[in-house]
Amino acid sequence: MPEFSKPIPAITPEMREFFDGARAGRLMVQKCDGCGKLRFPAEDLCSKCNSTASRWVPVSGRGEIFSFNIMHQVYHPGFAGKVPYAVVVVELEEGCKFVSNLLGVEPHDIKCGMPVEVTFEKLSDEVSMPKFRLRAAK
Amino acid sequence: MSLRAKCAIAGLGQTRMGKNFDHPGPIGFAAEAVNLALDDAGLQRADVDGLLVNPGITWLNNPMASSSLQHAMGLRDLRLTATMNLGGATAAAMIMHAAQAIDAGMAEVVACVFADAPLRPPSPNKGSDGGSAAFYGFAQGLDAHYGLFGVNAHYAFVAQRHMYRYGTTNDHLGAVAVSERNWANLNPAAQFHDTPMSMADYHASRWVVEPFHLYDCCLVSNGGLAVIVTSAERAKNLKRPPVYILGMGQGHPGRDPLETLLSGAPIARDTAFKMAGIKVADVNFCELYDCYTFTVLVTLEDYGFCKKGESGPFVAGGAIGPGGSLPVNTGGGQLSSFYMWGMTPVAEAIVQIRGDGGRRQAPKHDVGLVSGNGGILATHSTLVLGSQP
Repeated sequence: MPEFSKPIPAITPEMREFFDGARAGRLMVQKCDGCGKLRFPAEDLCSKCNSTASRWVPVSGRGEIFSFNIMHQVYHPGFAGKVPYAVVVVELEEGCKFVSNLLGVEPHDIKCGMPVEVTFEKLSDEVSMPKFRLRAAK
Repeated sequence: MSLRAKCAIAGLGQTRMGKNFDHPGPIGFAAEAVNLALDDAGLQRADVDGLLVNPGITWLNNPMASSSLQHAMGLRDLRLTATMNLGGATAAAMIMHAAQAIDAGMAEVVACVFADAPLRPPSPNKGSDGGSAAFYGFAQGLDAHYGLFGVNAHYAFVAQRHMYRYGTTNDHLGAVAVSERNWANLNPAAQFHDTPMSMADYHASRWVVEPFHLYDCCLVSNGGLAVIVTSAERAKNLKRPPVYILGMGQGHPGRDPLETLLSGAPIARDTAFKMAGIKVADVNFCELYDCYTFTVLVTLEDYGFCKKGESGPFVAGGAIGPGGSLPVNTGGGQLSSFYMWGMTPVAEAIVQIRGDGGRRQAPKHDVGLVSGNGGILATHSTLVLGSQP
């Protein structure tokens, strides 16, 4: 049986700066040029002011667990033997949300409101993925 | 200008539901349902001059499904057709558009249908019967890497947040599941008719994605469901008593449900209740869209049957089950009867208004509330149906 790994995202032109940032250890989100609203994932236009102009900016990578789930079904062979695992929604200090995984915490120990910070998991020379870990609360 | 009681549902057609392979694909189920609905109304195919279709996920020509069905059924010279998709809010929305078109003189007899066939016959080459994971488990890009697959996972985020903010528990979710199962045990057409479920059974069912057990999630069904909408005047002279459309409304918040923990029900309710001239207390029974147990909780709150955040305690005492103060999803809902998107609640409301419910008949059934919900609490539709104009 071949070993399957978790899917590695393709670096699309729209997402290049996100992946460039991740490779350099920075979490990047889109910032609207029109009104300054931050957003992730990437969108064609700002839902607040409808401007189509935006740029990628680094954010602190600090936030809190806003919500989470614990996945028990395997939808992709790369997750065989990995269930149950948690997917978390992090609310970043700057206000936008980021879906990711929380490292170093058992799924059933995760709670909403936990303070977290970004870290990066290198998957290849090209792709590093933002993940989160606990941080000391302020 | 109000459309209150201008139109009525005159026919209901329902195929066999669940793991049945009576047709090779959804069009056969759709055609069977439309013909059953016409028989129920005492109408002929030639009477149909409007056709609205909500295709499920397995229609080959999904964008023009209504055209495919028209050709398959040999329906000639239609004056109205559309393929509609607001997810689970579509069924009630189709009925609204039918009523509007009829009132505007653009059509007289409109068939509204949902059909789907995601389950496949068992094959010697494959251990799987298709199931929902293959169809509903899509993900790409970053989500696929993080392991965020399917609609279940997104609703689980919202439910988890509701638990955090309001103290909702799995016992509360389970109370919805058990109540609906108790109703299904009284409905011979329900997939789980013969299978009782206790709270212990609920907790023992496997996790799909926490906080959802298997029994928090709706069924997957092959089948078709159709209704015939016509003017109230015409409906009075047909085979079955009219089910009057008293109120209609839609609500699509366009906000982040993780933040609001709201559906579109408050918006849709205001429009529909105003048209119908009713208040929440006037509702005799509810047929609420239940893709998950959690959706029922949010919907009960958002219509005002209890305060925001208090749906858990509201359902925990059995209020929505057989014998409860507010009968909800009296056929077993999509959790325990069958999953025809928003057509499941529409169909059961018709059964109840007509008094055809048998052992599951709600004691009072003159005013019924139907809700539809699509996306992640993104779209919402409301119908108020009544036995009298």
